[in-house]
Amino acid sequence: MVVQIINAIVALGLIGLLFGLLLSMAARVFAVKVDPRVEKVKEVLPGANCGACGYAGCAQFAEAVTRGETDPAGCIPGGTNTANALAKELGLEIAETEPLVATVFCIGDNEKAADLFVYEGVEDCAVAGRMNGGFKACGYGCLGLGNCVRACPFEAIDIGPHGLPVVDQEACTGCGLCVTACPRDLLETLPRRSNQGHLVLCRSHERGKTVSKACSVGCIACKACVKACPEEAITMDDKLAVIDLDKCNDCGECVPVCPPGTIFPRTVIPKDLSELEQQPASTASSAGGGQ
Amino acid sequence: MERLLSIIFIYILVDNFVLQRFFGICPFLGVSRKMETAIGMSMAVVFVMTMATLVTWLLYSFVLVPFNLEYLQIVTFILVIASLVQLVETSLRKISPTLYQGLGIFLPLITTNCAIMAVALLAVREEFAFIEAVVFGIAASIGFSLALVIMAGIRERLEMANIPEALQGSAVTLITAGILSLAFQGFRGMLTL
Repeated sequence: MVVQIINAIVALGLIGLLFGLLLSMAARVFAVKVDPRVEKVKEVLPGANCGACGYAGCAQFAEAVTRGETDPAGCIPGGTNTANALAKELGLEIAETEPLVATVFCIGDNEKAADLFVYEGVEDCAVAGRMNGGFKACGYGCLGLGNCVRACPFEAIDIGPHGLPVVDQEACTGCGLCVTACPRDLLETLPRRSNQGHLVLCRSHERGKTVSKACSVGCIACKACVKACPEEAITMDDKLAVIDLDKCNDCGECVPVCPPGTIFPRTVIPKDLSELEQQPASTASSAGGGQ
Repeated sequence: MERLLSIIFIYILVDNFVLQRFFGICPFLGVSRKMETAIGMSMAVVFVMTMATLVTWLLYSFVLVPFNLEYLQIVTFILVIASLVQLVETSLRKISPTLYQGLGIFLPLITTNCAIMAVALLAVREEFAFIEAVVFGIAASIGFSLALVIMAGIRERLEMANIPEALQGSAVTLITAGILSLAFQGFRGMLTL
């Protein structure tokens, strides 16, 4: 009986010891040196693994930054705060970065833009867009099935009550994942600035007649805004008016002259789309009255 | 030779570890969301399961049996599997960082995969010879991988399907797993050792 117990203790103890020795030897032989700063850098990063920096995830970015392969300002969601914290951790100097925010370039919601047919397929904009060119009469418009919503790691985008994505300005970090997720190229990250500028919220390159049949608020390429702009900030890009934000001085001359009411100051875009609905008339009248 | 071939056939298809014996259901449901991770997990399992069967069989036959310590097999096997996984992880990190990155968290996760333990215990209970035990380990892990990869393929397609709201998520996954298991039931009785 006693022999049994001793046998058990010795055998198991020896096996354990053997494995322990083996493991400690392996740890010695296969030791991998890790820069202790990498862990600290990882803690500073947002940890969303969004990939906006161009690396697979925060861990890879942390390693690259520590090795000095990339700029600490590379973390877009972290913005200036993270960049400063990183620079402090690694003893580096950094340049100021401009924070970005995602903007949706379509306002043709389910009331203003016509539907061709009822779509009951997969909830995916890319799939829906391939079926007969999409269920919207406008081949460029937002299908509202939420590819951008699913792509956002920060839950900053939601499909609003009118069937179009609404970007939460506070939560958006400008990582740009929604920009790549949108099969129709309707999102863009723009710098957050005090001088916001105006935007043509349409991406349709169709002829004016086709556009107005499909959507009541699409750019019909009438060039009225191009003529109205005193700064020459608006140009035509294949039947679509585009405002250069660097030149736009927020004078608002283009807003009242736009027949479908496609141009908006960026300050009103963040708000709910229901507010946008009344905007063309009121902006037009107030701006027009001021002239 | 014939016996080895039937071991392979039986433990890949007839007596599939996941779909017929219901071992390793946790990783089967947990990492079958994407084909990429499923393949990573499968590779790690094949490796660890084969190694574990080999080492546990040797320990059992040459240490536990001579000293009449068969009742310690579970404790010993846990020790072996845990150390083995740790050893593989440490060495892989140095030898092949790419593979280490690819397998990622799956390696440590395998420690708690009950299928590994089951293979080690069954190899002893079935009184396999050494070669048979190793082949058994390989076949069982390939069977596990097969189930995992099939499941991942189905689940990737399910992502695109219109599933009724009440059945979305784990519900439809469990239903799928059940149907898959029923399908494998077709091999039942085809071959016995």
